Amino acid sequence: MAADPTAAARPESAPVPARVLEAEGLVKRYGEREALRGVSLSAGRGELVTVIGPNGAGKTTLLTILAGIVAPDAGRVSPGPSEVGWVPQQPALYGKLTVAENLRLFARLERCPEPEAEVERMLALTGLGDRAGDQVVKLSGGNRQRVNIAIGLLGRQSVLLLDEPSASLDPRQRERLWAFVLGLAESGTAVVLSTHNIQEAERHADRVLVLADGELLFTGSPSRLKDVVGHQDHEGLEEAFVAFLHARGH
Amino acid sequence: MRWLLLKDLRLLRRSPLLVALLVLYPIVIAVLIGFALSRGPDKPEVAFANLVPPSASQLNLGGERLDTSRQADVLFRAIEPVVVKSRAEAIRKVEDGDVLGAIVIPEDTTQKLQSGLDPATIEVFYNAEDPIKSRYVRDTIKSQVADANNALTKRLSKVALGFLELIATGGQYDFLGRQFDVLGLQRSERILKEARSELPAGSPARAQVDQVMRFARLARTNLDLSDDVLASVGTPIRVRQVRLDGAATPLSSFSVAIAVAVSIMFITLLLAAGALALEREENAFLRLVRGLVSRTGLLLEKAALAAVCSVAVCLLMLAGLGLFVDLQWDRFHLWAAGVTAGSLAFAAMGLAIGALTKEVRSASLLCVMLSLPLAFLALVPSGSVSPALFDAIGVISAVFPFKPTLDALNGALNDSGSLLGPLLHLAALFCAFGVASRLALQRFA
Repeated sequence: MAADPTAAARPESAPVPARVLEAEGLVKRYGEREALRGVSLSAGRGELVTVIGPNGAGKTTLLTILAGIVAPDAGRVSPGPSEVGWVPQQPALYGKLTVAENLRLFARLERCPEPEAEVERMLALTGLGDRAGDQVVKLSGGNRQRVNIAIGLLGRQSVLLLDEPSASLDPRQRERLWAFVLGLAESGTAVVLSTHNIQEAERHADRVLVLADGELLFTGSPSRLKDVVGHQDHEGLEEAFVAFLHARGH
Repeated sequence: MRWLLLKDLRLLRRSPLLVALLVLYPIVIAVLIGFALSRGPDKPEVAFANLVPPSASQLNLGGERLDTSRQADVLFRAIEPVVVKSRAEAIRKVEDGDVLGAIVIPEDTTQKLQSGLDPATIEVFYNAEDPIKSRYVRDTIKSQVADANNALTKRLSKVALGFLELIATGGQYDFLGRQFDVLGLQRSERILKEARSELPAGSPARAQVDQVMRFARLARTNLDLSDDVLASVGTPIRVRQVRLDGAATPLSSFSVAIAVAVSIMFITLLLAAGALALEREENAFLRLVRGLVSRTGLLLEKAALAAVCSVAVCLLMLAGLGLFVDLQWDRFHLWAAGVTAGSLAFAAMGLAIGALTKEVRSASLLCVMLSLPLAFLALVPSGSVSPALFDAIGVISAVFPFKPTLDALNGALNDSGSLLGPLLHLAALFCAFGVASRLALQRFA
């Protein structure tokens, strides 16, 4: 939790980190509807990639395929689910279990060699050591999300996928969440997250992926997206994003 | 899977109210159903007005005095009489709902019985507000009046037989304090025989005496047969009961089987469906099945959880019931087999319900809505509905675990029929519902 929540995104000139997540040509159909149309992406070690797009763009579908929950109709993902941490949009926790019991259960299910040590590590990482004995149902939304993310990190995966992690959090909880996520990225975890909050993407993401109607329209830094639509750097990414979508007929 | 099972048990331990309800509710329902099925209604309270004056209650039949008021004892075997003094009071008691019906014995009853010209008529009043009660009262009174008629007929037949015996063989007859000597057919024939022997041979009177003697003999022979005829008048039809199918299970033991089957149904269905639905309600399902545990493994864990809890509760329940009902403890292993098989089949059905729903509340509601009608359908006795409908009920009952569980428990507890058939039936249902729940989980989760 030592990361500065106001830290700027990685500069364009920074060296490209080693790729720890790669997906190629992902296609997913639900009946006649194509939810994903040949989407390819990658994420490097310590990189923070944000997937943005309008409702129904295919963001959650993309993340669930990357997490190995849903099988794609075409395309491939590397690595497999066991090496990828996944944090669903809604906290996937047992409300009547304590924070420590939730962590211990999933550590055992993840077959961590030393579950108790892993629980202690996660309690320290989330800063919830003093709430370890509290039932999850008694935690605030922000703290629940931190436990939710910590469970996604059990097993020391090199990639963490988060589906709209800041949705339903108040501004203060969001700041704490971002401090936590940025800390993870700084420690070398590749973080791929989806969000509707374009300002957050602009502020924290090394790279943004713009999805619309299942199609990957853009991948690059937030400033690059502004360049594409001819916006100045001082203008917000949200305007650039809307203009970009409009220009692409969405 | 072990860790998930421990997690679920911990969750149950932290929900004492839920566990208490889960255990107590089915037990209360089961006991109520058991009572309802095994305990017949008490004697209905019926107002009884005997308007025959005490001085006229004696019936004189051929010199034998019969007290008609004693015949009411037959009626009182099946009803609880509330003695009233008048017809109006009897009717008022029925109208006020104090009694379920009323019987009025009019004052001319003995007189009519004595004369034999008109049958004596008793009056019955009942309240038809509750059709079940009114039918019960009507049937009870009708049946008891038939018994009283039968008893009276026997007494009348006995008197009639005495008269016939007197006519056939002769003897002394007492009427209004005076003794009469009745000659009788037998003695008449003897006298005629003696008289004939004194007639000269070739006398035309001999042929006439022979004719009378033949008649006397024929009449006496036929009167001898009348004994049997009159003996059958009181009970022209007798009942011989033969059991063709099924074992004679004491009603109390059958109630135990029903009580345990109902408990298994509720506990297992609700636990299995609720535990599976909880994984989705807590959003943990997708996290679990992305490599931590297989979908089939998750289903097996929930089935084991529900079955283990259900078996434990139901065996304890049986042990408790054993204090009040005579159970065969040497068949304990068979009880355990029946309870386990039923629990597993219900667990698989519960999983199918849990796989269809995303919330514990929906799963619980669906369980209750499905299970109660199925249980009642399985208890519909043959003959109470049309044959086609009964066949349809049989098919529906066979598709769900309640009926085979009840059969298995009845077989295990009461040695009524083979246990193997119901156990195989339950095994088949476990597999079928298991496959259905796995498919539902694939399709809806």
